[in-house]
This record gives sequence, structure tokens and C-alpha cells, in this order.
Amino acid sequence: MTTLTMAKALNAGLRRALEADPKVVLAGQDIGKLGGVFRVTEGLQKDFGEHRVIDSPLAESGIIGTAVGMALRGYRPVCEIQFDGFVYPAFDQIVNQVAKLHFRSRGRQTMPLVVRIPFGGGIGAVEHHSESPEAYFSHTPGLKVVSCSNPVDAYWMLQQAVASDDPVIFFEPKRRYHERAEVDESATPMPLHAARVVRPGTDVTLVAYGPMVKTCLDSAAAAADEGRDLEVIDLRSLSPLDLSVIAESAQKTGRVVTVHEAPVNLGLGAELAARITEQCFYSLEAPVLRVGGFDLPYPPSRVEEEYLPDLDRVLDMVDRSLAY
Amino acid sequence: MSGGSGTGTEIELVQLLSPEGERVDHQGYSFSGDDETVKGYYRDMVLTRRLDTEATALQRQGELGLWASSLGQEAAQVGSGRAMLAQDYAFPTYREHGVAWCRGVDPLHLLSLFRGIDMGGWDSAAVGFALYTIVIGAQTLHATGYAMGIERDGLVGTGDPARDAAVIGYFGDGATSQGDVNEAFIFASSYNAPIVFFCQNNQWAISEPIERQSRIPLYRRAAGFGFPGVRVDGNDVLAVHAVTTEALERARSGNGPTFIEAYTYRMGAHTTSDDPTKYRLADDLEHWRLKDPVARVRAYLNRTGAADDSFFDAIQAEADEFAVQLRARCLGMPEPLMLDAFDWVYAEQTPYLAEQQARYAEYKQSFATEDEAVGAGH
Repeated sequence: MTTLTMAKALNAGLRRALEADPKVVLAGQDIGKLGGVFRVTEGLQKDFGEHRVIDSPLAESGIIGTAVGMALRGYRPVCEIQFDGFVYPAFDQIVNQVAKLHFRSRGRQTMPLVVRIPFGGGIGAVEHHSESPEAYFSHTPGLKVVSCSNPVDAYWMLQQAVASDDPVIFFEPKRRYHERAEVDESATPMPLHAARVVRPGTDVTLVAYGPMVKTCLDSAAAAADEGRDLEVIDLRSLSPLDLSVIAESAQKTGRVVTVHEAPVNLGLGAELAARITEQCFYSLEAPVLRVGGFDLPYPPSRVEEEYLPDLDRVLDMVDRSLAY
Repeated sequence: MSGGSGTGTEIELVQLLSPEGERVDHQGYSFSGDDETVKGYYRDMVLTRRLDTEATALQRQGELGLWASSLGQEAAQVGSGRAMLAQDYAFPTYREHGVAWCRGVDPLHLLSLFRGIDMGGWDSAAVGFALYTIVIGAQTLHATGYAMGIERDGLVGTGDPARDAAVIGYFGDGATSQGDVNEAFIFASSYNAPIVFFCQNNQWAISEPIERQSRIPLYRRAAGFGFPGVRVDGNDVLAVHAVTTEALERARSGNGPTFIEAYTYRMGAHTTSDDPTKYRLADDLEHWRLKDPVARVRAYLNRTGAADDSFFDAIQAEADEFAVQLRARCLGMPEPLMLDAFDWVYAEQTPYLAEQQARYAEYKQSFATEDEAVGAGH
């Protein structure tokens, strides 16, 4: 057991992936000597060399596009996009090339490639540094999309993503990088694409992922003081969705509230609401309700605390759900 | 490199065979093959052209959804394709039918793509020829990354000609305006990747002339990225072969990228959906017809007596038979099954997609049952 921050857990996960398979290579801006702007790759270039931990030119499409070529050559590239809002120049390579090569080749070519994206707000950053673009990628057939919410998942899920023969977009909640937890490096991890009940409860189900899992746990703790027993589910995998865990919970509580930082319109919550309704219609006591960012471009940081879902907004929606 | 980066004002064009079929000396390049080799290239070009003609006809007859003609670009494609070694790898656009031919891709696979059967049925890894890429310029980054992989595999500069490998990234004049192509230049240069950037400047990006893409000759752009650029007569198979051979050798031996601008002309339309009469002059076409890449090799072989009519007749007969077979095989291709497409998305199938597939199978089956029921009633 080691106590690790999420950033250190990701670092340890990458180190193990690099040790486990000589074909694993890391690429991104400033990931070498600097160790990444969040220090997630700190020390890795020193230990694994410039050929395996590659400081890339400042060109996101170039990072992903060359990673596609390396993957075709048998490598397993792990690319870092420095901030969420900078992934868009690589969007074509990700949705047109990375996502489709397995399909176009009718399965002959695999695309074992990971794109790590620190995402979400809450750090007082300038624009383009606080976004939640996960719905674009979750909407794209051929990609798998996951997000870790704690150091233990960070450590294991990243290794599993690297080992996956499918491309994985790996969203890291940057505002949780410095939260700590005990990580057992000899444990048996749960599957990558499985959701998990992180707090059992009976009254209302909160479904979240990444940075909002902690917000939901805090909300559930506050609700417990008022005698309400909330269940919290960490989605972990955004695509594919593990509906079984959610459906079971929805059938138990009859009330589901989804929570994410991304704008609500056509966000993950919309798909969750549709799927839960399809599967649990007769168990529901209330419509599936959604808490999320407003449908605005991410606002200036001085108002981000109002923009982002917080404990009060989550509990307000819980009240609405219970009012049905 | 003798081709030079072209810092002067005079535009250099490497040519080893004139449009009239006369061998031309060049200070920096020479063609090393014998006449038997040239006859082989002639056959490659005639068959590539026959493939193109047949595919165009098939499209006109409604058998292909679309076809992107390679007419006029046979020398650029065969010359560069034949310069590659087995261990090399090419990343094509969607028009490199001649390169595909040289790499041993069954031409049927080119037709199956344009017929809507699949998205390229060949085994890329087996033939060293990536799937066609439709997004303009995207493949140049893949080519660069693949070359970076070769370098990481320790297969550059070992001195063993059977091991050292390189990549050719194909693209057109229009693609040179794309960010991806410029990023590929930077990555390749920065990591000294074993790659040849092979630009077929066919003068037209659908309706936009080269002047809309560049104010300087394209090969001179290479200097700004820190590697040599050379312009070669793209309708001269000998010159293209010589220039590409040297650039590939340079890459394999660890000296980094080269930009080759094969100066040629798109004799046909952009694709079968295009109408070039709306934007270019017939005179232009006539001018380029005099530089035809196939005719000049024939003129050379004729002039030198290296081949006689029986040779040309035999090649023509082979081409015609090839077209007949190809057509028959094209029309005989089995239709793809929608149900199968669900299996191609992921290496590890997702439960949701498996469920969609099962439901669709069930849905389809419900019609079959009705049909059977109807059939039984008669």
C-alpha cells in the first residue's frame, strides 16, 4: 500500500506500462524533461529515454497522427493532450483516423492508442483550460472513453487503457490531481469498462464520473445529515456505458440524477436518461434529471464556481427528484 | 543531395527521358536499370492505365459509385513504386493505383472500395501499402509516425540493405496547404524520420489551380523545413525512379526526409463526379498530352529497338485480357452484409454494440419469416 496523489498514481501507472511492454511509447508536449505541465510524466524520460518518452513539436494533430503511424508499426502510443481545449486541432485525426482504422480494415489493423486529456474546470484557469469535451468522443463509434475519479482507478485504469487493443480516450479530472488515496499495487483491478457503486443508498441514485464523483459523495454525506440516503455511482467508462450497474440502482431507488461538468445539452446525462428510461421505465418514480454545466462556452474563471455543479446544485436536483 | 534545395531563381526539373523518348543526361541523377527493366515499367504503366480506363467505364455503367482517375500520373506512380523495396511502406491518397499495382495489391480491392463493398480490402501490413486515405493529407502524419517506428525498431542506417527500411508518404499539390502535411514535415524533420514525401503536383486540386495553393514551386518549401526538395519530371518514369531511389536510400541510411515534387498533370477529371471543362482549357490538356508518360517510354523502346511491335502487341493483349477478367471479378463480388459491420468497430466488442447487432439480426429475421409466410401462401 502506498499513499499517492492522482497525479502520482497516473505516473506510477505509466511507469508500469512502460516496464511491462517495450512497445509502449509516450508522446506529448513538455512531457519529457519538464514531466508535463501537471508533472504526470515526471522522471519517465530520464528512466526510459527520449525514444520512448517523446517531447513532441507543438502540434496536436501531429501528435495523434504520428501516433497512428506508430501504432500501425506495432507500437502502443500514449499521447498527452496538454489541456482539454487543445484537443480540437487533433479532432480529425481522432474521429476520422484513430476511431475508424479498425473498421476500415475490417479488423485487420488494431489501433492500440491512448489519448490522455486533463479535463474539467475548477482551477481558476484562463479559457480553453477547463473544458469537458467527453461527449464528442463518446458519440464517436470506434473510440472507447473512460474517466478516473480517484488515485486507485487512475493507477489501474491507465494501465488497462494502454493494454487495450482499442483506442481509449482517457479523461483525467485535473482538479483532483492532488487528492490522495491508498493504492495497493498488488490488488486485482476491476474491469476497465465497468461502473461502480461508490456509496450505496436507497433514496436517489447519483450518476457521475471524473471530478463530479467527489462532488456527489460530498452531496450524499450532506444529504445523510438530513436523513436522505443517496446512492452514488462512478460511471468510470463513458463509452461503452455499463448500464447494468445503473439499471440495478435505478430499479432500487426509482430516482436518478446525472451529474457532469459538461453542458447538459446532449451531454452524457442525455444518453443516460434515455437508456435508463428504456430499461427501467416501470421502476422510475421521477424522470431522470440532469445537473451539468450551463449551455455556455466555459465562462471566465471568477464565475466558474457558479457555473460548475456543486453540492447545492446536486442536492437541489435531488429535492426536485423526490418531489415527483 | 544533388537535386538541391533550389535556393536559386531558376527552377530545376530532373529529366532523364524527353517527351520524344530520348535519354537525357543529368548531372545528379542517372537511371541504373537496363532496357528489360524499362520494358517492365512500360507494362506496369499500360496495365495501370488499363485498370483506370476499365474502372472509369465501370463507373459510367453504374457499377462503381465513384472513381478517381490516375490517368497521366502513371510514371510518377510506377517510377516511385518500383523504387521501393519489400520492407518499405507506402501511405497513399485515394489515387495511387499505380503504386498499389507495384506493391502487389490485387486491383480488385481498389474497385471494391469504389463500388462500396468495403473500405480497402487489402492486407496493408503484408504488402507495405496502407489503406487509401480520403481526408486530404492526414496520411502524411501516419507515414511519418510509421517511419519513426522503423527508426525505433533499429532498422535505419544498419548498412544491411535487406533490413534498412523507409516510408513514402504520397499526397497532392492541394494537400500541401493542409496543416497535417506541414506538421508531418516538422515531425519528420525534427526526428530525422526515414521518409520520402512524394508530392504529385498534378496542377489541380479539383477546380483550384496550383497558383491557389502556392506562390513558390512546391519543392522549395522543403528548405524551410530543413530537408532537401527536388522537382522531377513526373511524366518521366526513369527520372522519377532515379530520384525516388536516391531519396529512399537517403532515408534508409539515416539521413532523414526528402521532398519530391513530381511535376505532372491530371489528364482526367478529379473524379468521375467532376467536370473539368468548367474550369480549365482544352489547350492545356493538349499541351500535356504531348508529354504523355506511357507514350514516351514506348517511343524510347521503339527508337532504341529494345522492343518491337510484337512486344507492344503482347502487352496490349495482356492489358485487354486483364480488363476483361477484372470486370468479371468486379461484377462477381459478393455484397457486404450490414450485420458484419458491427464486428469491425472494436477489437474487443462492446456489450451495447453486440446487443444492437443481435436486435438488428432479429429485426431482419422478422422480414424473412414474413417472406416465407407469403411464399408459403402461393
